[in-house]
Amino acid sequence: MSERILLNEREVDLALHRLTHQLIENHGDFSNSILIGLQPRGIRLTERLSEMLKKAGVDQVRSGSLDITFFRDDFRRRDEPISANKTNIPFVVENQNVIFIDDVLFTGRSVRAALDAINSFGRPSKVELLVLVDRRLSRHLPIQPNYIGRIVDSVASERVVVNWKEENGSDNVELLSEVR
Amino acid sequence: MSDLSVDHLLGIKYLQPEDIELIFETADNFKEVINRPIKKVPSLRDITIANLFFENSTRTKLSFELAEKRLSADVVNFSASGSSVSKGETLIDTVNNILAMKVDMVVMRHPNPGAAVFLSQNVNSRIVNAGDGAHEHPTQALLDAYSIREKLGRVAGVKVLIVGDILHSRVALSNIFCLQKLGAEVRVCGPSTLMPKYIRSLGVEVMHDLDRALEWCDVANMLRIQLERQDHQYFPSLREYSMQYGLSMERLERLNKEIPIMHPGPINRGVEITSDIADSDHSIILPQVENGVATRMAVLYLLAAKIQR
Repeated sequence: MSERILLNEREVDLALHRLTHQLIENHGDFSNSILIGLQPRGIRLTERLSEMLKKAGVDQVRSGSLDITFFRDDFRRRDEPISANKTNIPFVVENQNVIFIDDVLFTGRSVRAALDAINSFGRPSKVELLVLVDRRLSRHLPIQPNYIGRIVDSVASERVVVNWKEENGSDNVELLSEVR
Repeated sequence: MSDLSVDHLLGIKYLQPEDIELIFETADNFKEVINRPIKKVPSLRDITIANLFFENSTRTKLSFELAEKRLSADVVNFSASGSSVSKGETLIDTVNNILAMKVDMVVMRHPNPGAAVFLSQNVNSRIVNAGDGAHEHPTQALLDAYSIREKLGRVAGVKVLIVGDILHSRVALSNIFCLQKLGAEVRVCGPSTLMPKYIRSLGVEVMHDLDRALEWCDVANMLRIQLERQDHQYFPSLREYSMQYGLSMERLERLNKEIPIMHPGPINRGVEITSDIADSDHSIILPQVENGVATRMAVLYLLAAKIQR
C-alpha cells in the first residue's frame, strides 16, 4: 500500500477557510440555512466549519447530523451489514436551505440516500452539497457538489482518506493505492 | 458486532447477550425514526412479511404491523378464525401455502408452545415468534428490558420484580431469560398456585409477600391475570387476589423510594394494578408500547439483513 499526501495541514486549513467564505457569500447570516453533516465521516468537518463560521462572525449556525443507513440502496447486498449512527436534527427543515457536508464524494450513492432521508424532516427549499474532496471520475449517479475543497482524479481501486487532528494527530488528506 | 447470531427470533433463550445489545442499539435508531415527522424508512421495501395470528392479539399484532410498515415492508395479515385452519389444514401446509405466494418472513403467534421452533425447522422462511402458548414472547421481553434500560440507564445489576401469574405467562419466562442474560437480578411474586414448579431452577427467587418484594426491587412488572386461562380456581376470588397481590397507590406510597411500574397489557384495572397507578407518573406502560414498535423494527431489520437473494 503506498500513501501520498494530497493535502497537508496548511492546505486543509486554506481549503476550509475558502469553503467558510463561500458559504457566507451564499448564505449570509444563516438565518434560513442549516448545516447537516452526513454520518459518520461528515461530522468532524461540520463541526470545524461551524466553528470557523462563528469565528468569521456568523453567530447563529444551526448544525445537525443525518444517518442514511436505513436509506441505503445496498442493504442486504453487502457482506457486512452497516450499523446505524445517530441522527440529530432538532429543528424544522421545512423551507430552509440545507447544506449537506461530507468528507469525500465518491459514487454519490450516500448523497442520493441523504436526499431521500432529509425528506422525512420536511421539504427543504434548497439542498446543497459541500465536500472536502471530490473524486470526480468515480460517480455512479448524476450528483455534483456545490462547494469543493479539492478535486482529485483517482481510480476506483484507490482510497482517499481524510484525517483529522482530533483522531489522527494532524489534518490531512491521503491517497492510498495498492502497489503492484 | 453488526449481525445477529441467529436466523430466526424463536425465543430469548437462543440469543446471545451481544444479540440483545445489538437489537437495543438498532432500536435506539428506530426510536428516533418513529419520532420524525415522516416515520418511515425504505429499508425493507423488497421484503414481504406475513403476520399469522392463530391466537387473539391486539397490541402485539398492531405493533408488528406498524413496525413492518414503518420499514416499508409489504404486509399480509392472517388470523385463524375464518381461515382454512378450521377445515383441518396443518400448520406446515398453511404456512407453505402462504410462502408459495413469495413471502420472505413470518411473524407468528400460536397457542402451542414450540410452534415457532417447529415451523423454523419445517419451512424455508425467517420466523419471528410473537408468542407461542405459555413458552416465550421474545419481543415483549426485549421491549420490557429496553424500557428498563431507557428508564434506569442500564439493565445489569437492576433488581426486577415480576408479579402475578407466572404459571401461564410467556412474558414472564422470556423476561426472566432476557433480564438474566443482561445481568439483572429477577424475583417473582404471586400466589404459590400460580408459580411453575421449575421456577427456582431458573435462578429466580419466589416471594409471596408483595410489600417485602416491592421493598427489594428497583422496578416492578405487573403481569395480567389471564382470566381466559383460569380453568382451575387458582385463587379464591379476584378481590382476594387484588388485596394480596394487586398494586395500589397506598402500597406504593408506603415505600420510601420511587419505582417504575410496568405492565405488558392489556390491564385488568383494579385487579393487578389500580387505575390511579396505571395513569400516574410511576407507570411506564405507554412508553413500553412505543418502545415495542422500535424494538420490533430492530428485530425485523436485523433478521431481514440476513436474507440472501
